Amino acid sequence: MKPKVAFFDFTSCEGCQLNKLNLENDLLDILKHVDIVEFREAMDDKADFYDIAFIEGSITSPSCVERIHDIRRRCTTLVALGACAVNGGVNAMKNLHPIDEVRETVYGKDKYLFATLPAMAVSSVVKVDHEVRGCPMTQQDFLKLLVSLVLGKQAPKYNSPVCVACKLKENECLYNRGMVCLGPITRGGCDAQCPSFGQFCTGCRGLLEEPNLDGMLEIMTNHGISLDEAKKRMLLFNSNEVQL
Amino acid sequence: MSRDLNIKVHHLTRVEGHGNIVVNMKDGILETAHLSIVEPPRFFEAMMKGRSFHEAAIITSRICGICSLGHQLTSLVTTEAALGLEISEQTVLLRKLLVHGATLQSNILHAYFLAAPDFLKVGSVFPLIATHPDVVLRALRMKRLANDIGDIVSGRAVHPITPVPGGFTRIPEKAELLEIKRRLLEEGLPDGLETIETMKALAGAIPQFERETEYISLKHKDEYALYEGDIFSSDTGLIPVENYLDVTNEFVVNHSTSKHAKYNRNSYLVGALARWNNNHSQLIEEAQAAAEAMGLKPMCFNPYMNTIAQVVEAVHCILDSVRIIDKLIENGLKNEKPNQTPTRYGRGIGSNEVPRGILFHDYTYDNKGNIIKANCIIPTGQNLANIDDDMQKLVPEIITKSKEEITLDLEMLVRAYDPCISCSVHMLEVDFIE
Repeated sequence: MKPKVAFFDFTSCEGCQLNKLNLENDLLDILKHVDIVEFREAMDDKADFYDIAFIEGSITSPSCVERIHDIRRRCTTLVALGACAVNGGVNAMKNLHPIDEVRETVYGKDKYLFATLPAMAVSSVVKVDHEVRGCPMTQQDFLKLLVSLVLGKQAPKYNSPVCVACKLKENECLYNRGMVCLGPITRGGCDAQCPSFGQFCTGCRGLLEEPNLDGMLEIMTNHGISLDEAKKRMLLFNSNEVQL
Repeated sequence: MSRDLNIKVHHLTRVEGHGNIVVNMKDGILETAHLSIVEPPRFFEAMMKGRSFHEAAIITSRICGICSLGHQLTSLVTTEAALGLEISEQTVLLRKLLVHGATLQSNILHAYFLAAPDFLKVGSVFPLIATHPDVVLRALRMKRLANDIGDIVSGRAVHPITPVPGGFTRIPEKAELLEIKRRLLEEGLPDGLETIETMKALAGAIPQFERETEYISLKHKDEYALYEGDIFSSDTGLIPVENYLDVTNEFVVNHSTSKHAKYNRNSYLVGALARWNNNHSQLIEEAQAAAEAMGLKPMCFNPYMNTIAQVVEAVHCILDSVRIIDKLIENGLKNEKPNQTPTRYGRGIGSNEVPRGILFHDYTYDNKGNIIKANCIIPTGQNLANIDDDMQKLVPEIITKSKEEITLDLEMLVRAYDPCISCSVHMLEVDFIE
């Protein structure tokens, strides 16, 4: 029996789902090994039970909380897919401002009409068995996990900084090119994709298990940006993880 | 006809984001017919406050994965306008190539994966793998080609890496561009022409429905406007982009988490059909021929034909990409660094045509290059009032059909607009009241 797989979207841009539809060269092979039973962005069907549920997006409203509990009850394995689901991602930047101010910026006088919660990782609400990090998640990462789950093998885990892959690729350090980069504190596994294209690491894969944040701030301020600016950069994708 | 009708489609499928269709008819009187938007709020404008100009496009790209390139480019032109950053001709050409890649990928995704299953009476593209393998393989090939343009020119098709304020962090190599050109001509063009044949065969399943409305898009004197131009209304003509607020006039309605918009009428339409109606004569000849073959004529008042207009644009994007690559190579690729030295600080307004229609960003920067105020007006938000007005005209016209048929017609109508709901509710939520 092929495992029943489902995809669900919460508060997010749905870019991780799109990245799955962008697996053009592998999509038909994937379908030989799994049954996709629910994927609202691409199909009408709905199912009652799932072997693997992939969750994209953050939990940001009372109705999200209800829905994620319901999905957790009906699945065997639950995977958080992408930065929004893994740690709140960019959504969590709203948690940095007083919620009243955020609501007022957007709703003006109607600010109390609408229910909202701080943007949370899926794991803040239900048990998460596996995660695929990144914004967006990379297709290779997703495929590696899917293959491990289908074969019953141990899922890959990463805990080395982006800098390691960057060095292995013999990229020139972006700090030498006058940029400020979060590679030293950011969890690798992305093959240093952004620095390899000449752009600084934004920290989208989340922090290492034991990041040296003070050291990171020192490097950043030594390279010409203020302490305030350095902290903001760190918070871009990691507002729920960085405690400054 | 005196009839009671009660339709609720909860979380409409095969669209981006969460929306419900709600129709209520009592004793033959239509009380409600609208698309209710129930996506949770995103609060992007609040998140942008205080952020550096280096980060603005990285953040707005995350408004939407499907339109991430659009949100990134519009953010960049807005920042460049606000900070007085000049960009090179090469940057403009590379951006136009990216816009073509993104438009091609999005239009093909919608036509084949989201809309075509309705025409063939199946629930998704997956059953078509068995019944129409050549069509599915063609769709996948076209999407891959479009995404490869994004991967090669911008590093990554979803949330692009290399486009930054003032230029690109990496310039593609000549050999990479020539390879894309070869594939555009050897794979893309034949696949595009086959797509026209497929759509011609399916065109009989497109509902016949017309409602004339106001069509709004960019317009450019020299080209089919996607990357740049002035605002154009089919009712009243040209308006400078700086005056966009006079056009959008956003307002809150209590059945939608996303604001509605209106200009000269009760509602207006943006997207491929608006671009077709306003700018069809500027399409490449082969694309105009494709339109004729599929029965798309100016002015077209049938919103279901938006899908056909998208296929016409796909043909245009394939061929115009070849022209752009030729131009880039003729000019000689230069390893330029992005121009990131502001010459002033203040307000900037930017607009592009993204696959779903005209997009506006509006930022004000302080003298450290940090954002004080941000506003983004999204195509799907601008279309919502028009969708509701279509539904209110459509339901009485098809009221003799069964409830299931009416529901399908309504679902197809909403899907024809290719709505991007995550985008449209980047900031608002109103509870859904039944």
